Amino acid sequence: MDNIISIITQVAKGLNITISVLLAAALLSYFIAFVAGLCRLSKNIFLRKFTGLYIEIFRGTSLIVQLFWFYYAIPILFNIDLGSNWSIGVIAIAMNYGAYLSEVVRGSILSVADGQTEAATALNMSSFQRMRLIIFPQAVRMMLPEFGNYTIQMLKGTSLVSLIGMGDILYHGNIMRSTNLSQAPLIYLIILIFYFVLALPLIWLTRKGEKIAKKGVAS
Amino acid sequence: MAEPIVRYEDVHKSFGDVEVLKGIDLDIYPAEKVAIIGPSGSGKTTIIRMLMTLENPTSGDIIVDGTNLWKMEKNGEMVEANEKHLRSVRGDIGMVFQHFNLFPHMTILENCMTAPINVKKEDKKEVRERSIQMLERVGLGDKLNNYPSQLSGGQKQRVAMARALVMRPKIMLFDEVTSALDPELVGEVLEVIRDIAKNDDMAMVLVTHEMDFALDIADKVLFLDEGVIAEQGSASDVIEHSSNERLQGFLSRFRG
Repeated sequence: MDNIISIITQVAKGLNITISVLLAAALLSYFIAFVAGLCRLSKNIFLRKFTGLYIEIFRGTSLIVQLFWFYYAIPILFNIDLGSNWSIGVIAIAMNYGAYLSEVVRGSILSVADGQTEAATALNMSSFQRMRLIIFPQAVRMMLPEFGNYTIQMLKGTSLVSLIGMGDILYHGNIMRSTNLSQAPLIYLIILIFYFVLALPLIWLTRKGEKIAKKGVAS
Repeated sequence: MAEPIVRYEDVHKSFGDVEVLKGIDLDIYPAEKVAIIGPSGSGKTTIIRMLMTLENPTSGDIIVDGTNLWKMEKNGEMVEANEKHLRSVRGDIGMVFQHFNLFPHMTILENCMTAPINVKKEDKKEVRERSIQMLERVGLGDKLNNYPSQLSGGQKQRVAMARALVMRPKIMLFDEVTSALDPELVGEVLEVIRDIAKNDDMAMVLVTHEMDFALDIADKVLFLDEGVIAEQGSASDVIEHSSNERLQGFLSRFRG
């Protein structure tokens, strides 16, 4: 029992990193998703292609390698300082998931029924008003479940920041395991439970999002 | 006779290789009630969709209140209209759709209020009163705060009409507005149209399969067949006295 408590207190030291990286990466990725998703629908071909390139690169390569690029390669190649380990972790995760989420944004906007655009046109709305008042509010409802799912994945993705020396919950668990290998099963069980408990509110929010998405959308 | 409010001049429309409309000439006068009948696929809906700017004509002109809808003058030349031009011309036109197309994320009162407030920049309080009046007129005064998903098809279509009327159009287009309804709900929607036709002085164009109803309220009936207006005139002219065999064949199918 003492064992369990000491493992929990150790692992809990990483909570603030895990949670703060998750929150910052989630918010930044949502922002990227909306900007990139709308750029993909832009009339400007340059903007469309450029955003498409970003999305395919970040979806098509590994998040760990991207993280190492931001951490090791880019500072050397371009002599750019991306800030602390924390901000590098946040940027890498947000860029990666932002790429996936931008496709959710794009797909949701496209899947609002054509009849909605036509009805808005018949009421003489401008294309900006159609987007702002009619299409976007419905598309956001449709996005909610997918945003929830990707946020849960992002939570699990935060464990990668332990690889660039950040003290998240996995990092602290690994330290304990390195001093006491026989405890490994218990340590990793407790880490799993930590992730699961952190994911619970996200799972609940995703369910909520699914309910909202079912109402109030024309498809 | 007064100037027509809408004039089609040799309007053609193709979708890909298929020419749907092969030269439409048509005048619609203020307050005139026009019914367009004809077999499906004859291009009836396309005629009014082009007037609502949902479809652009392949060639020809549509003149609304003296202004060319799809063309505008730029440096002394007529060029394809941009959105600004379309918006400035189509403001007097309203449309009701086969599938209602209500905004599902808004209550029915908000459905009616959003365009007058955001598009015409009218006073919110005044718009609200007018919207409530209009919804009461179509018999939905007790549903103001309901969402479209809570209504029957007939109720949805009545909301759609109120939403269009609140914009005070000079021309109202009805695109097969009863085709998606269960038979027992058709009557309540037709009643509202009849009420509008009787009491409002806007021009109305109805694309419809409700033959008896159309003939009853229409000042002018067009029979569209294979992309041309094959017959037009007053209801009695077209129905009783036309010698057009295809029209007679078409009508007989409705009379059983």
